[in-house]
Parts: sequence; structure tokens; C-alpha cells
Amino acid sequence: MEELGLLFQGFGVVISPFNLMLMVIGIVLGVLIGVLPGLGGANGIAILLPLTFTMPPTSAIIMLSCIYWGALFGGAMTSILFNIPGEPWSVATTFDGYPLAQKGNPGGALTAAFTSSFVGAIVAVILITFLSPIIAEFALSFGPPEFFSVYLLTFCAFVGMAKGAALKTIVAMMVGFTLSAVGMDTVTGQLRLTFGFTDLLKGFDFLIAVIGLFGIGEILLTMEEGLEFKGAKAKIDLKIVLNTWKQLPQYWGTFLRGSAVGCFMGIVPGGATPASFMSYGVAKRFAKNPDNFGKGEMEGIVAPETAAHAAGTSALLPMITLGVPGSPTAAVLLGGLLIWGLQPGPLLFQEQADFVWGLIASMYLGNVVGLIIVLTCVPFFAAILRIPFAIIAPIILAVCSIGAYTVANSVFDIYMMVVFGVFGYLLRKLNYPLAPLVLAIVLGNRAEDAFRQSMLYSQGELSIFFSNYLVGSITALSLFLLFLPMVQGFIAKLRKPAAA
Amino acid sequence: MHESNDRPLLTTRAAELLVSAFFIILASITLWDSLKLGAGWGDFGPESGYFPFYTSLFVILASIGIFLIGLRDKKAAAETFVSVQQFKLVLKVLVPSIIYVALVPLIGIYVSMILFIGFFMMWIGKYNIIKAGAVSIGVTAVLYPTFEIWFRVPLPKGPLEAMLGLN
Repeated sequence: MEELGLLFQGFGVVISPFNLMLMVIGIVLGVLIGVLPGLGGANGIAILLPLTFTMPPTSAIIMLSCIYWGALFGGAMTSILFNIPGEPWSVATTFDGYPLAQKGNPGGALTAAFTSSFVGAIVAVILITFLSPIIAEFALSFGPPEFFSVYLLTFCAFVGMAKGAALKTIVAMMVGFTLSAVGMDTVTGQLRLTFGFTDLLKGFDFLIAVIGLFGIGEILLTMEEGLEFKGAKAKIDLKIVLNTWKQLPQYWGTFLRGSAVGCFMGIVPGGATPASFMSYGVAKRFAKNPDNFGKGEMEGIVAPETAAHAAGTSALLPMITLGVPGSPTAAVLLGGLLIWGLQPGPLLFQEQADFVWGLIASMYLGNVVGLIIVLTCVPFFAAILRIPFAIIAPIILAVCSIGAYTVANSVFDIYMMVVFGVFGYLLRKLNYPLAPLVLAIVLGNRAEDAFRQSMLYSQGELSIFFSNYLVGSITALSLFLLFLPMVQGFIAKLRKPAAA
Repeated sequence: MHESNDRPLLTTRAAELLVSAFFIILASITLWDSLKLGAGWGDFGPESGYFPFYTSLFVILASIGIFLIGLRDKKAAAETFVSVQQFKLVLKVLVPSIIYVALVPLIGIYVSMILFIGFFMMWIGKYNIIKAGAVSIGVTAVLYPTFEIWFRVPLPKGPLEAMLGLN
């Protein structure tokens, strides 16, 4: 139980007035970001990241990860009160959350959602506490070929697990890799794909892409839909909370399944959104009265919320142990580590133990603080949602532009933000997945370096990726996932004529 | 919704074809540049152009696939990607945003922001100038000290700040 000792050391780091203040600020900002259209976990953190450059890394990561927890909580609020998912992973929460709120129990629906989120997150944090040191230890023996195969697995998992067209996932990913190559080649120092434009010398920063694709793109989409906020009035008092908590233990099975689905989907980069849908589906299948689902069944809130929060949290596990983020938000946090001068990956656990265990301890504390804040401040956040779009939209756009500028003090980046915004709008409407695109920009250089080092090592033989059991099995699994959609399509075709 | 105004501007198929064609062109340019850099084996292993060459190539191949599927997709041909009405709404955000961004290097981010928020509120939200002015100046008055003083992150400033000696 060496982990517990380290964890308590982590708590020692976290519990200082300054860090606790940052934690509360982070959670409140995060919930705000979660409830406002156009601001989500990923781009909210991207906007604030440049402001943390001068902070100690541990304090910075505490604030930014708390924004993430806050955003996860906030998404549920808009789903239940307004039937508008503030975040993609809270779409499944609208199915039962909104009907339950309409039936006159918005407080119960919210309490159920927040509590489930909390349970999901805590399960994932416990998993991180005990599993990540083992994975990090194991990954210490990784060389470039192993790391490249892990990157390959990450990206092939996107293709294999995607709901939509596999070709679009491939395009999104490869466009991301190509963008990441713009600027200086990290191996030889040669300039590439700059076409003589000095503004392109420093390459495309993924933070700009995140702010544009997610922030501006979302505003354009929201505008197009001509949103009107018509929501239930929310009130939560202690009686409602206690009453709801009395009902929740009977759904222990749903909590367990939701956490399991969530943790799994978060670690392999499936993400919180598919996890929430999958958990909802599983809960419906196991439920005693599946017909009540969609009509305001509390179990239908518990399932997606537990899974989404578990997935969102466990997405940080591969980020801190291997340097491979499981979600766009985790990718932004990874970018933060690089900016603060920390090298993500297995060595982090040895060289920056205070940082890692501080982060893990803050996950426990942050979620407790988060639960208290969201349960007590619902009316305040709901009031913010009633601010008309004509006021909130230009303010969000202005804040996004400041965020884009501060990344590198460059006005050109603000232009690029708008360009990425238009693309975000187009690609979202055409069902191109944005997560692999962002992850490819973040990981592009690292994946390329790992590949080139492996090639140097093997003198150009691709067989190095099958040279031992470990790298061979990861590579094989990657290729399996890559070709999975093709195989599935083929099987579906074979079956169709038989069924007809 | 008005029937006459809500005719489709673009079908989903047309949008699909346009976007994939754009990716094919863009990736062809990066492919060509990667080849110029050298996409083979050099003294330091794979050359600088090796990685972007293949990523561009995959973009092209997959986009050609999407393009061909799109050509035969009858369902998408009947689907509206964006209607005239919707497109107008999108432009109503996009055009002021582009003007705002273009103004930043000329008159600084703070003045641009006041103009942008105020204009947007009056135009889209039909607020009067007093309310719009109060919100836009109020927001800026909060952001200015936050960035310039608290976080010590200087943002682009223009002639007005120079005149007031705030640089």
C-alpha cells in the first residue's frame, strides 16, 4: 500500500489555502464553461492555459483539472433543466433528466445526476490511484517502438470504435498530423510546409485549433439552430437531496456497470460521449421496467452520468502514465504539462512525484468540492443560462479571441481561430470527428519522433514493430481495430441478403 | 419558419463533396511540398518530408473515398445541409466576428471588443444603445485589469490606449 502513503503526501501538497482557492475558482469556472454554449472543457482550459504559465505547475494543474470536473458537472445541469446538452457527453442525460424535471422533480433529477457523476469520478480516481503507478512502472521499459505502437493504438482505436464513417475519422486524424508537421522539423530543424509564410514558422498550435474548432464552431452551430432557452425552475434544498440519496442505493448495479463502462472507454480513447450512450443502453437492457426509460426514470440519469464522469476522469490515466491523452480535454492538459516544462510519460512518477500525487489527491478533493458547489449553486448557474444569446455570444467570442492571442502573443493566431471555427462548423455538421484531429495535432510530433527513432534503430525495417511480444501485440491490436470497421461492414453485407 | 425563406442553400451531398474536394486539394499541396523536402531515407533516418508525405497521402486517399461515396449517396442529395435562413443566421455571427478580428491589430483588442459586443447586442438582440454600451464597456472594464494587471498578460492595444497613456 505504498500508493496510500504517496497519496497522503499528495494531499499535503494540495491542502494549502492558495491551492484550495484555485480549486474553488476552477470548479466554478468549469461549471460556467459547462453550462455556456460555445465553451466546453477542452477549449475553456485552452483559453485559460496561457494564464497559468507563471504559476507553479501543481497549482496550475489543480486549477485546470478542476475546471474539467466543473465542466463535467455543468453539462448535466443544462441537459436536465433546459433539454440542451451543454456538452456532448450529457446528450444521453437529456433522455430521462429533462422529462423528470418536467414532471416536477428537477431538484431530484439534478441531485441524481451530480451524485452519479461524483460516484463515477471517484471510482475512476481510485482506479488511477492504484493502476497508474503500475502502468508507469511497466512503461519505463518502453523504447521508441513501444511508444509508437501505443500512439498507433490510440489512433486506430478511434477508427475502430467510431460511430460514424471510418474514412472521416482517418481524414480528421491525418489532417491533424499534417498540421502538426507544419513549421520546424523537431529532428533535423528543417522548415517544412511553411510555403514561405513567416507566420507559419512556429507551426499550428493545437490550442488555437481547440478554441476555434470547439468554441467558434459551437457558437456558429448554436446560432444556426436559433436557440431559445425554455427551462424548468430549479431549486434544491437539503430535503430533496436527502430524499434522492435515499432512492439512489437501489441502483447500485447501474452505478457499477456505468463506472466499469466509463473507465474502460476513458482509458482506451473512446471518450465520455460513447461511454454515456453505452451505459444508458446497458442500463435499459438490465432494468426491471425498461419501458419507463425516456419518460423520466431516475436510473436513466444515473447510468449516463456515472459513465461520462468515469470516462472523463479515467482519460487522465493514459495521459499521466504514458503521455497519451484519452480525450481532447486530457490532450489540452497534456499540452499544459509540456508548457510548464514537465515531460509527460512514465518518468513523471519518479521525477515529479509531488506533481503527480498532488494531481491525484486534487482529483478526490476537487470532486468533493465540486459536488458541494453544484448542489448549492444551481439557481445561480441556471440564472446565467437565462442571459440572452445576443449578449453571451459576442462575449464568448471576445474571450476566445483573447485566449487565442495569449497562446503566443500573435494576432495571426486570432485569424486562424476564426478559420478553424468555420471548419469546426462544417466538419461537425458533416459528422467528421474532431477529437482525433485535435489529438493528432498534439501528438503529431511525438508520434513522428518515436517513428523516426524506431526506424533509425532498425535501419528502416518496419518489422521492429513486431520485434518482441509487447510491441508486437500492441501493434497487432492496433491493426485489428483499424480494420474492424471494414470487417464489420463486410459481415453486415454478408448477412443482409440472408435476412431479406 | 417561413417556407419561402427556408429553401435549402446547400444539400448535404454538395457540402460533403465540397469539403472532401477541399481536403484533396490541400493535401495535394502538402504532399508536393513534402516530396520537395525529400520523403525518403536520409542521413538521419526518414527525411523531413517522410511523415507529412504519408499523412497527406492518407488524407487524399480517404477523401477520394468519401467523395466517391458522396457521389452515389441519394439520401444526402435530398437532405438540406444548410437552408438560406440558417445560413443568414450563421453569417450574422461570422461577418461581425471577422470584422472584429480584422480590427484588433488596428485599434487594439479592447476597443474592438466594445464595438463588437455593443454592435452585436444592438443588431441581433435589438437592445438600445445604453444597455449595449453598458454591457460592452462593463465587460471590457472587467477584462482589462484582469489581463493587464492581475495576470500581467499584455493584449494588443491601439491609438486610444496610447492617447490615454495605458500602454
